[in-house]
Amino acid sequence: MSASKLLLVGNPNSGKTTLFNALAGMRARTGNYPGITVEKRSASLEHQGKALELIDLPGTYSLTPNSPDEEVAERELRNCPEANVLVVVDATAISRGLYLLTDVARPGRKITVALTMADEAKRRGIEISAQALSETLNVPVRAVDARDREAARALLRDLENAAEVTLDLDYPGLVTKLARDADVPESEAARAVMGAAHPESIEERLGDSLAKRALALAPEELAAAQEAVACARYACTEALKSAATSAPPKATNDTRTEAIDRVLLHPILGLLVFALVMGLLFEGLFSGADPFIELIEGAVGSAQSLVRTMMGESVLRDLITDGVIAGVGNVVVFVPQIAMLFLAIAFLEDSGYLARVAFLIDRVMRGIGLQGGAFVPMLSGFACAVPAVMGTRTIASEKDRLVTMLALPLTSCSARLPVYVLIIAVVFAGESRVLGIFSMGAVVLFSMYMLSVLGALGAAAIMRRTILKGPTPPFVMELPPYRMPTLGALLRITWSKVKGFLIDAGSVILALSIVLWALLTYPVHEESVAHYAAQREGVTDAAELEAIDQAQRAALLEHSAAGSLGKAIEPIIEPLGMDWRIGVGIVGSFAAREVLVSTLGIVFGSGEADEESESLREQLSSATRADGSQLMTPLSGLALLIFFVFACQCMSTLAAVKRETQSWKWPLFMFGYMTVLAYVSALLVYQVGGMMGFT
Amino acid sequence: MKVLSDAKVGSSAEIACVQCSDPALRVRLMELGLVRGTRVEVLRKAPLGDPLIVRIRGYELSLRRIEAQAIEVSAEGSK
Ligand SMILES: Nc1nc2c(ncn2[C@@H]2O[C@H](COP(=O)(O)OP(=O)(O)OP(=O)(O)O)[C@@H](O)[C@H]2O)c(=O)[nH]1
Ligand SMILES: [Mg+2]
Repeated sequence: MSASKLLLVGNPNSGKTTLFNALAGMRARTGNYPGITVEKRSASLEHQGKALELIDLPGTYSLTPNSPDEEVAERELRNCPEANVLVVVDATAISRGLYLLTDVARPGRKITVALTMADEAKRRGIEISAQALSETLNVPVRAVDARDREAARALLRDLENAAEVTLDLDYPGLVTKLARDADVPESEAARAVMGAAHPESIEERLGDSLAKRALALAPEELAAAQEAVACARYACTEALKSAATSAPPKATNDTRTEAIDRVLLHPILGLLVFALVMGLLFEGLFSGADPFIELIEGAVGSAQSLVRTMMGESVLRDLITDGVIAGVGNVVVFVPQIAMLFLAIAFLEDSGYLARVAFLIDRVMRGIGLQGGAFVPMLSGFACAVPAVMGTRTIASEKDRLVTMLALPLTSCSARLPVYVLIIAVVFAGESRVLGIFSMGAVVLFSMYMLSVLGALGAAAIMRRTILKGPTPPFVMELPPYRMPTLGALLRITWSKVKGFLIDAGSVILALSIVLWALLTYPVHEESVAHYAAQREGVTDAAELEAIDQAQRAALLEHSAAGSLGKAIEPIIEPLGMDWRIGVGIVGSFAAREVLVSTLGIVFGSGEADEESESLREQLSSATRADGSQLMTPLSGLALLIFFVFACQCMSTLAAVKRETQSWKWPLFMFGYMTVLAYVSALLVYQVGGMMGFT
Repeated sequence: MKVLSDAKVGSSAEIACVQCSDPALRVRLMELGLVRGTRVEVLRKAPLGDPLIVRIRGYELSLRRIEAQAIEVSAEGSK
């Protein structure tokens, strides 16, 4: 016999995934923001000797889905008519949670109910008796703190008593008639009436005959019936609520959230705080991570010297030290900053502030033709565009979703951070301070992030007015209360991101580093070897020999396969202030951005075999062009930075967009417009900056 | 008839009806609890006066002026 299923169904942000994690020992992503889960996720567990498949679903307010993530939940319920359903109701928003219960309930559907946020309800003085509710509904109801494993386990014991709910619903005459005519239960007819608001998908959801009948209703009649259904369901849930509340009604507002919002959403103070939060984030990101970075750089250096002393001089040794260790090490170095960024974003999200950011920014987003909620997938694009592209599923309209998806890869994902940090460290090192507090590096870093936000918003605005025209979508979003993030949850999220990054560094970057190393080493230019061997003849001065070695390395590199490739594209990138060595890096970085760092490490560091290799930053800042001028000046560094802000250099993002849009058209378009934007912007910066006398 | 977007911050009112031209949005607003007879309290407005946050049925909901304009309210009182 196959495992029985238990579906977790509930409003967004009601604690479904938290329960799922507690019950199945999983670590799926949670967050204090409605719409974190956008796809179904299952886990098998054993309960009382029987196999149980637990399925976590995206949150929804009803079974008339408004966006792709809600469709996932609705479809799963429809496809599993036999499955038990655990309806997850946030005890602090009980009427709205029970509304969904009235929609889920149908003949034959076995249900149990979890009242989550029991701890918060208690703090706010909301007194709901699970017992009383259970008696009226005739199904098990249990109040829990979803984060508490033991309490969550008890919910599984309730499954034995799962049953059909008894609801006192007074549907309007039209629903009764529709049910009789179509020979379906009233609950089904009510769903058809509500579902007629989405005629495009009603047939799939409710079947031909019922859908036809519902769509045949006169518009005024239908509108009236929809209102009557909503009223009937809410009358039912309010009655359930008051029957389960013993104490006389009193104010149960979340005073804590109100107090915090008085500051954070204050018209002036709120914006100042927002700016300050962002400023501190970047300053911390830039200066706070330094000691850790030095630690890692030190470890990489020692690993290289260790291998050098252990192995005899050979090609394999060079491959390991200069290809593998240097390649991976140059990327691992950025883990501290990535961890800090994620930790900060996770904190903002889990505290509830991120939802406020969507609220604050909505007016700006509307100017663009999107809504505040679209800002959050964009913001999560700062971590990685791939989950962010999936996160757009919470956006109701197809066009808005496309615009958001196509624009969000412009936000600076964590893979760009290593590139920014490296280049900034090379060209904007100095001690100079801006406003006496912020270091120059932090300011440039912040500007790159701002530029990426402006780029993303600008691109969205243009697409919205040209190829993807459409009405501005509504913005209707529940604002979660502020919650104190738990350290455990924050660390879990951070670790999962860092792990993802490390796996990339360990696989793609490792493989590419080896390939690049080979491309940079072969073919060996025999003429140069002979030429420099002849030069060495008779020379005894160590410094002079060293100079010859250096020249030989440079010549060999130039004639290698990668060198030729870089040379081939040099004419294209020269106007951007880059030379062929950076060109090699850029070519490599189209596979994944962070590859740039490891590539540059190899390009600029190769041949360093016998010395303590100086850090990549130092190598880059002392690198010169053919004419002897410095390669990395503030201006050429800026052009390179800007190229990376805008360029679409990530296979995984293109694949994700392909998956979400079911076509190659959009990913190709995205690649095209971003590359052009990157090139033109870098060109403008370098050329105009040069004309204005900057270097 | 008054509409929700005209209600002052800090005041509360009772919903009379939801008149959106977009049927999908209208149904969604009703599903969120904005039905006839529900008390709504306007909690605050964003810095530029739009969107706003209201409290209904014990939770906070953010919506735009334009959406609030489609919600007719009656019986205003200041808390
Ligand atoms: N205090 C408290 N917080 C909880 C409880 N359950 C969940 N949370 C928090 O509430 C937030 C939302 O929890 P999730 O599990 O992500 O909610 P969800 O229902 O999966 O949300 P979506 O995936 O967006 O539909 C998280 O910040 C949780 O830590 C609870 O019982 N008590
Ligand atoms: Mg979830």
